[in-house]
Amino acid sequence: MKKLIALLLAVVMVLGLVACASSATTEEPAKTEEPAKTEEPAKTEEPAAEEPAEEPAASASGSVYYLNFKPEADQAWQDLAKLYTEQTGVPVKVVTAASGDYSTTLNAQMGKDGAPTLFQCGNQQGLADWDDYCLDLTGTAVYNEMTTDDFNLRNEAGEVKAIGYCYEAYGIITNKALLAEAGYSVDDITDFASLKAVADDIHARADELGFDAFTSAGLDGSSSWRFSGHLANMPLFYEFRDDGVTAQPETVTGAYLDNFRAIWDLYITDSCVAPSELPTATGDQAEAEFGQGKAVFFQNGSWEYANLVTDESKGFLMNPEDITMIPIYCGVDGEQDAGLCAGTENCWAVNSQASEEDIQATLDFLYWVVTSDEGTQMMADNLGPIPFKNAKTPENVFFAAANDYTAAGKYVVTWAFNYTPNVDSWRAGLVTALAAYSANPSDATWEDVVTAFVDGWAIEYAMQNG
Amino acid sequence: MHKKKKKRDGSAVNSQLIRRPIQRWFPLFILPVFACFCIGFVWPFLQGIYLSFCSFNIPKDATWVGIANYAKVFKDPSFAHAFWNTAAFAVVSIIIINVFAFIVAYALTQKMRGSNLFRTVFFMPNLIGGVVLGYIWSMIFDGILKQYGTYLTSNATYGFWGLVILVSWQQIGYMMIIYIAGLQAVPSDMLEAAKIDGATGAQTLFKVIIPNVMPSITICTFLTLTNGFKLFDQNLALTGGLPQVVDKAAKMKVNMSELLALNIYSTYNINKNWHGVAQAKAVIFFILVAVLALSQQYATRKKEVQQ
Repeated sequence: MKKLIALLLAVVMVLGLVACASSATTEEPAKTEEPAKTEEPAKTEEPAAEEPAEEPAASASGSVYYLNFKPEADQAWQDLAKLYTEQTGVPVKVVTAASGDYSTTLNAQMGKDGAPTLFQCGNQQGLADWDDYCLDLTGTAVYNEMTTDDFNLRNEAGEVKAIGYCYEAYGIITNKALLAEAGYSVDDITDFASLKAVADDIHARADELGFDAFTSAGLDGSSSWRFSGHLANMPLFYEFRDDGVTAQPETVTGAYLDNFRAIWDLYITDSCVAPSELPTATGDQAEAEFGQGKAVFFQNGSWEYANLVTDESKGFLMNPEDITMIPIYCGVDGEQDAGLCAGTENCWAVNSQASEEDIQATLDFLYWVVTSDEGTQMMADNLGPIPFKNAKTPENVFFAAANDYTAAGKYVVTWAFNYTPNVDSWRAGLVTALAAYSANPSDATWEDVVTAFVDGWAIEYAMQNG
Repeated sequence: MHKKKKKRDGSAVNSQLIRRPIQRWFPLFILPVFACFCIGFVWPFLQGIYLSFCSFNIPKDATWVGIANYAKVFKDPSFAHAFWNTAAFAVVSIIIINVFAFIVAYALTQKMRGSNLFRTVFFMPNLIGGVVLGYIWSMIFDGILKQYGTYLTSNATYGFWGLVILVSWQQIGYMMIIYIAGLQAVPSDMLEAAKIDGATGAQTLFKVIIPNVMPSITICTFLTLTNGFKLFDQNLALTGGLPQVVDKAAKMKVNMSELLALNIYSTYNINKNWHGVAQAKAVIFFILVAVLALSQQYATRKKEVQQ
């Protein structure tokens, strides 16, 4: 018996060793990769490389440290950084903060020696926190390559503190093939009334058609931002447009909240999931409903393209010709002329407290990224359209839709939610109220949504500046 | 002569030949651990206290603001709410965890088949991380509540009891192990004497067993008390502090199911004006936990019996 146990233990130990060995071999490439891109090529290639002779002398001694916040683009940035190092000998380190962890990571990294020289500063709140660390980019080579100033962040003094390097668009992603099956086309939808007519009809015939109008408007944390952030942008945008708001306002009036209620009611009633189940429905669920053809409409953004069309692990592999994106209509006057909601939180800021060599190296790197073939191709493939002169056209059909609307003279719905004070907490209040309303729609429960929206804004504003 | 005698006693460690170098050189051996302790604990702790009197975005930018951060803490209604929430949670979880852990331990020290298997099974939840547990249990609770047309974050009571159930499930097994060790150490001659004297089961339990496992009770209440106060991952993953209630009249918002640690975390995330306030909250939090834990230790230690 004892021998048997001893034998078993020995086997377990050997298995453990095997496991260690195999995991070590799988990890190895990652390990070798990292030092390679930080220093080694720099040392070996610097004397050999001929091209860098043109580079300013200062940058040769500097290095770049990019704190990226999009995990999905991490590999592409790593490859690009490696390529740049091979070509110029300037070390480029790319670190990607874990999803949802960007601000904590930035805070920790900025406190260290060798802080990031290039980081993200995506909205007014970010600018308020990091203004002292952002270099004024006016007049830099990379800034001069830009085709628009629309996505840039300026501080109160009017200095360009962060440049929007790509933009995104969101709206209602529509399955054209299913819409045709139901006897409609996207041209039939031009405003809220027509959207509602189409959705109501599809919802009524859902059993017969085998699909419904809207995917689930889930309010689980993985999905609620689509509504507390993106859908709530509609009433905010129109209110700010009316009032000519150009800086973070102390209060909001909620003048367009009836429109918000109208579109929300449509989402939850003409849906393939009962409203009472929405408080716990997830983002993956809605994505799967759309990807599997169980619903025609799915409110989301251009970033969903890869998930729906190319990502094999998701397995939807939809035909890009079957999908498009239409504006979110909510019954505001003149909304026939609305385009998609376009904006960005992808803004580069250069660390003004880094050494001069590092700043120069970073600016040179950025210039290369937005002008070289490799850089612009990578940006088009991974980030979508970029507002730079040398930009390449991305294959993402949602951007094509966004451009078509703009070309047809429709107005762009900008990202008014970038002004939200203490954004996580404001959204949490709205989600709580929206969930209670969805579980039990009534005027009384809607009143709480209004409170969370209007009073919540004032409270968060006071809190943030308190 | 003297030395020989010592050697014969076999107490070589007490020999001056060995003791003297140890006395002289012990700092060298303690140094690595002491250095780690200073770097990993003492220094951050002191810096944390300093930062609680500062306004800062990142630590190296800190500027001294005196007690302004502490003043803000006491004006913040969410902190008071989180404090009472935490206190209620700690009391409830201490009672439930300890009572159940003791009962389970008592049952599993009786002679029964498969008691080792049961011990393992009860202990296992403790091996799963808090965030994972939080998400799994939120699915379980939501799945159950769905049958009744509601959901976990619809009201603070669900969030509170959800958290109690989760933490009990996680910690009962751990405390059970400590109680089992305590129960096994109860001298069998005492139990035998009680039996011969005709003590009833209840009398044996309350007059013999419990006084003898008092050290285990001390340690278990200490652990559950501090765990209850420090709870963070489970709180974050289970409800994230939701539901949030907006009080129009008082112009404030409160996250109903938020405990202290999560409150500190969300305070830090408001913006850079609040980093120092969150730090001040953390210092107050530390003092609170330390005072509670020490007074609890003092109170229960007095009840321990010497064997």
